[in-house]
Amino acid sequence: MTDLIRLAWAIAAKDLRVEMRSRTAIVSAVFFAALVLAIFNFARAPGTVSQAMLAPSVLWVTFTFAAMLTFNRAFALERENAALDGLLVAPIPRGALFLGKYVANLGFVFTVEAVSFPLFVLFFNVSLGDALPSLLLVTGLATVGFVAVGTVFSAMVVRTRFADLLLPLLFLPFLVPPVIGAVQVTTRLLDGRPLSEVWGWLRLLAAYDVVFLTVCAMVFPAILDE
Amino acid sequence: MTPQAQAATATIRRGLLLSGIALVGVVLVYALALFNTPTEIRQGLAQKIFYIHVPAAIGALIAFSLVGLVSGVYLWLRDPRLDLFAHASAEVGVVFSVVMLTTGPLWGKPIWGTWWTWDARLTLTLFLFFLFVGYLALRSAVPEPAERARYSAVVGILGLFLVPFVHLSVYLFRTLHPQPVLLKPSAPSMPPEMLRTLLISMGVFTLLYAGFVMTRYGLAILAESTGDSDAD
Amino acid sequence: MLRGIDLTVNPGELLIVAGPNGAGKTTLLRILAGLMRPTAGSIRVFGSDLRTDPLRRADVGLLSHQSLLYDDLTPRENLEFAARLYGLDHRSERAGEALAAVGLTDRARDPVRLLSRGMVQRVAIARALLHGPRVLLLDEPFTGLDVPSSRRVTEVLAAQLNAGTAMVLVSHNLPEAWTLASHVSVLVRGKWVIDEPRPADRDAFLARLHTALDD
Repeated sequence: MTDLIRLAWAIAAKDLRVEMRSRTAIVSAVFFAALVLAIFNFARAPGTVSQAMLAPSVLWVTFTFAAMLTFNRAFALERENAALDGLLVAPIPRGALFLGKYVANLGFVFTVEAVSFPLFVLFFNVSLGDALPSLLLVTGLATVGFVAVGTVFSAMVVRTRFADLLLPLLFLPFLVPPVIGAVQVTTRLLDGRPLSEVWGWLRLLAAYDVVFLTVCAMVFPAILDE
Repeated sequence: MTPQAQAATATIRRGLLLSGIALVGVVLVYALALFNTPTEIRQGLAQKIFYIHVPAAIGALIAFSLVGLVSGVYLWLRDPRLDLFAHASAEVGVVFSVVMLTTGPLWGKPIWGTWWTWDARLTLTLFLFFLFVGYLALRSAVPEPAERARYSAVVGILGLFLVPFVHLSVYLFRTLHPQPVLLKPSAPSMPPEMLRTLLISMGVFTLLYAGFVMTRYGLAILAESTGDSDAD
Repeated sequence: MLRGIDLTVNPGELLIVAGPNGAGKTTLLRILAGLMRPTAGSIRVFGSDLRTDPLRRADVGLLSHQSLLYDDLTPRENLEFAARLYGLDHRSERAGEALAAVGLTDRARDPVRLLSRGMVQRVAIARALLHGPRVLLLDEPFTGLDVPSSRRVTEVLAAQLNAGTAMVLVSHNLPEAWTLASHVSVLVRGKWVIDEPRPADRDAFLARLHTALDD
C-alpha cells in the first residue's frame, strides 16, 4: 500500500515537473477559463437575466470545460518517445499508474479552479458572504469524481486519431450529475442558504466520487494491458 | 468458405428473417392500434404513437444495459464474440433511441403543448443516446480489434454506472422545480385492449431487437473471418 | 500474429530476430516485455511469468529506437525517475554513475530536448541498464544513429554480454551487432523461416535470407 502511494506520487510529481518546464497546458487552461468567464458575461440579454442568476451555471461550465482541456495532456506526454512503454515495463502495479495520473490531473484541475475562481468573483460581482468554506467543499466534492472519469478516457483517446474530439464526446455525459449537483448547491450557497439545505445533493456528489473512483481504478488496467 | 464464415452467413440469414417477421409485426401492431384499440378520450389519435414509443424506449434501455453487462464479461473472459455482440447491441440501441426521441416530440407537441421538455425520463434517455453515439464514435476511431474491444468495454461499463446517477440528479432537479400542470403526464389506468396492444408491440420490438442484433453480429463475424487475419 | 514461436536465450547470449516489416517482430518483443498477453503459451524470465508476477519485470530492460525519455526533463531527472520506478536506493548517485558511464556527465542538466540523437540514445541505454536487468530487450536500437554512435552502442552491448546479460534484438535488417550474436532467427509472417546459430559469413547469410523472403 505504501509502495503504491510512493510510486503514484513519483509519477504525479514527474508530471507536475514536466508541466512546470513547459507550462503550456496549465497556462492555456487558465486563460481559457478567463475567456469563457468574460464571454459569458456578454452572452445574455442585459437587464433581463441578472449576473447573479447566471453565475453558478457559468462557474461550473467554466470549471468543467477548462478541466477537460487539461486531461489529454496526461497521456499525450507519455506518447512522446513511447515513454508509456517505459512505465509499463517497470515493476509497478497498474493501480499506481492510474493513481499517479489521477493525482496529477486533480492537481491541474484544482489549480485551474483556484485561479479562475477569484476571476469569477470579480467578473460576476459575487458577494461570497461566509459561503467560501462551503463552496470549497462543494468544488472538491464535484471535482474528485469527474477527474477520475476524465483520466480513464484520456488514456484511451490519446491512442486514437481524433483525441480532441472524442474526449468531449465521451466525457460530457459523465459531467451531467456533478454539474447539475454543483450548480444547485452553488446557487443556494450564494443565496446565503446553509449547507444542511442541500444535503441530498452533497450525498449524490459524494456517491458519484466513490463509485467512479472505484470503477475507474478497476477498469484502468484494461486500457493499458494489450 | 470457412466453417466460421458459413455459420456467420447462417446467422445473418436467420437475423434477416427474424427482422422481416418483426417488421411485418410492427405493421400489424399498427393496424391493431388504429382499428382494434379504443382511442384515448383526452389525447385522441396522438396517443396511438405510444405503441411504438414505449416499446422502442424499453428496447433501447435493454440494449444499452446489455452493452454494459456484456462489456464487463468481456474484460473478464476476453472473448471477441462478446465484443461483437456489444457492438451490435449498441447500434440497435441507438436506432431504437432515435425512434424513441423522434416519436416522443411528435406526441409531446399536441399533448404537452411543447416539442421538448426536460422531463426526467426524457433527459436520461437523451444522455444515454449521446453516450452510445460516443461509444460508436470511439469504436470507429480505433482500428485494432483487441484494443477497440478493451476501450469500448470500458465505456460500456462506465455507462452502466452512469445511468442511476443521471437519473437521480435529473429527478432531484425536477422535484425542486415542479413542472407546469399542462406538462404533467397523467397516469391513467389502461383499458385491457390498450394493454394488450402494448404488450404485443413489446413482443414485436423484442423480436426486432433480436433480429437486428443477429444480423449485425453475423455480419461482424463474417467480416472478421474473411478479413486479413495475418495482420501484425 | 505469431504462431508456434519458441525461443530460449541463455545468459551472455544475444539472439537476433530479423524479418521484414509486418512479420510480427514488434509483437514478439512486446510479448517478451510483458506488454502484451499471448493468446496461448507463456513467457518465462528465469522461471517466472511477467504477467502473473509483475515484480519480476525488474529482471528485464528495454532499449528501443524510441528513447522512452521525457524531453522536457534533464537526463538526470529522467534517470532518477526511472530509479524510483524500479525502487532503487541512492538514486542520485546511481543516476550520476550511469551518466558518467555513457560519457554524458557534462550534459546532465540540459533538457533531453536539446541533446543530439546519439546522446539521447546514450541516455536511453543508461536508463535501460540502470536497474541491472538480467535480460535486455532491444527494439531496433540502431535506428537513426550515425556510425560512431552505433559503434558506441555495440560496445556497450558487448560489455553487457560479457557480464552475463541475455539479449534479444529485433531488427528489420542485420545490424551492427551481428558479430556479437550467438543465434539468428528470421521471422516471416509470424513463423520462423531461419532459426540457427549465427553463421560466420554475413554476406552468404544475407543471400540466403533474400531467397527465403522471396519464397
